Amino acid sequence: MIEIGAAFSTAIELMLHLDHDLGEIVLLSLTISLVGTAAAALCGLPLGAAAALYRFPGRGAVLVMLNAMMGLPPVVVGLVIYLLVSRAGPLGSFGLLFTPTAMVVAQAVLVLPIVTALTQQIVADLAEEYDLQLRSLGTSRHRAMLTLLWDGRYQLFTVVLAGFGRAAAEVGAVIIVGGNINHYTRVMTTTIALETSKGDIPLALALSMILITLSLGVNVVALGVRGAARRYYG
Amino acid sequence: MRPLTGTGALSQELAPQLLPLEVEDLEYRVGGNSLIDRVGFRIRAGQRTVILGPNGAGKSLLLQLCHGLLQPTAGRILWGGMAVAAAQRWQAMMFQRPVLLRRSAAANIAYALSVRGIRRAARPALVAAGLERVGLAHLAARPARTLSGGEQQRLALARAWVLEPRVLLLDEPAAHLDPAATYDLERLIDAMHAVGTKIIMTTHDLGQARRVADEILFFSRGRLLEHAPAAEFFARPRSEEAAAFIEGRLFRGAESAISR
Repeated sequence: MIEIGAAFSTAIELMLHLDHDLGEIVLLSLTISLVGTAAAALCGLPLGAAAALYRFPGRGAVLVMLNAMMGLPPVVVGLVIYLLVSRAGPLGSFGLLFTPTAMVVAQAVLVLPIVTALTQQIVADLAEEYDLQLRSLGTSRHRAMLTLLWDGRYQLFTVVLAGFGRAAAEVGAVIIVGGNINHYTRVMTTTIALETSKGDIPLALALSMILITLSLGVNVVALGVRGAARRYYG
Repeated sequence: MRPLTGTGALSQELAPQLLPLEVEDLEYRVGGNSLIDRVGFRIRAGQRTVILGPNGAGKSLLLQLCHGLLQPTAGRILWGGMAVAAAQRWQAMMFQRPVLLRRSAAANIAYALSVRGIRRAARPALVAAGLERVGLAHLAARPARTLSGGEQQRLALARAWVLEPRVLLLDEPAAHLDPAATYDLERLIDAMHAVGTKIIMTTHDLGQARRVADEILFFSRGRLLEHAPAAEFFARPRSEEAAAFIEGRLFRGAESAISR
């Protein structure tokens, strides 16, 4: 118990003094998760809106798949990306394995179904409300898609935040495709896993606290945005 | 012929004559039920037409069919000889609950203009004039959905008006409004009528029908029972249902129909 207490105080010291290694790890984590989430949002928002508004054969199956893939296990995503980018894989020539780029790709793949499926639901709900009015005004299908994405912007922002939260918290995908290389592909979650098994509890604890604070912060922002949107836009 | 309304900013294309509205043998069936049952009529230009009837008479469905938001199961609708789809562009419709976008009041009007292809530079002046006309100029920057019910419906009317429609279709526009807001809305509808916009409105409110209507189409359970000038309809209804509705007896009639 004493050791845990000591570990805690060392952890807090590490954070307060902004330890260089710690800072590097946090920064890389945030960068990778932000870029991965941004890429997923860039594809997922229009895809989700299209899935909500366009009718096509197999649409039902696609929606079921999307919803199922929201809970995709990160290690499985990691493994699949690993197979694709490893030297012998179809994308091996790009030399992406054990690079931050591969980690971004893995997190984007992980977050994409979440953003797409939730966007589909939000846009479909809005579309039900707007449908007659937009058709009466003569809005084209394409224009309606953009309109609904814009009018759902606050809800969609919280969706993207949820995606970011999942990306920042996962360890399975980034550890497989990134390899947890010091000063290169080492992020918060992979460090926690490594340091815990090595017995360096203070660093693992410090990172855990930062991770939890981050997750709390994301949720506070999401709540705030939702509340403000409800007040201002109903 | 140039439209009679407003600034003429939308009339680069010559607006066609949409009237008379001719409906023949119109049917709209869902499952086995005829919600609109072999309806035919002819509506001329000029008069304010009110489609009157109790809930479930098919009034809203009829408006949506005529506006092209629903496809009829059978029958024909012609606007001055034009098909519904081609005529829609010259019409505007207002719904029972105004559907306003989650943006400012001004942006709601600008949106409608942009959908109709009005240049960005031309929009602000039209938006300002549109808001001014319905007395909402001071609320231009307010998020539309924080406006009161009456203000929202006036904003919806302003949005319809800037499009300079030849025909304005209104689906129970005052159903959720208090008397003061209803009065304001009816004055604005009169103003649109005065500049030559054809008004076609549904209501189940007898008072409103008396105030607004020049002619009445009385519907009950999907069928058109009467089509008459308003004064004649209220003085001498020809059908039993219409007489009962005017006297406020219809509820009992409907109940007995259910228990039968």
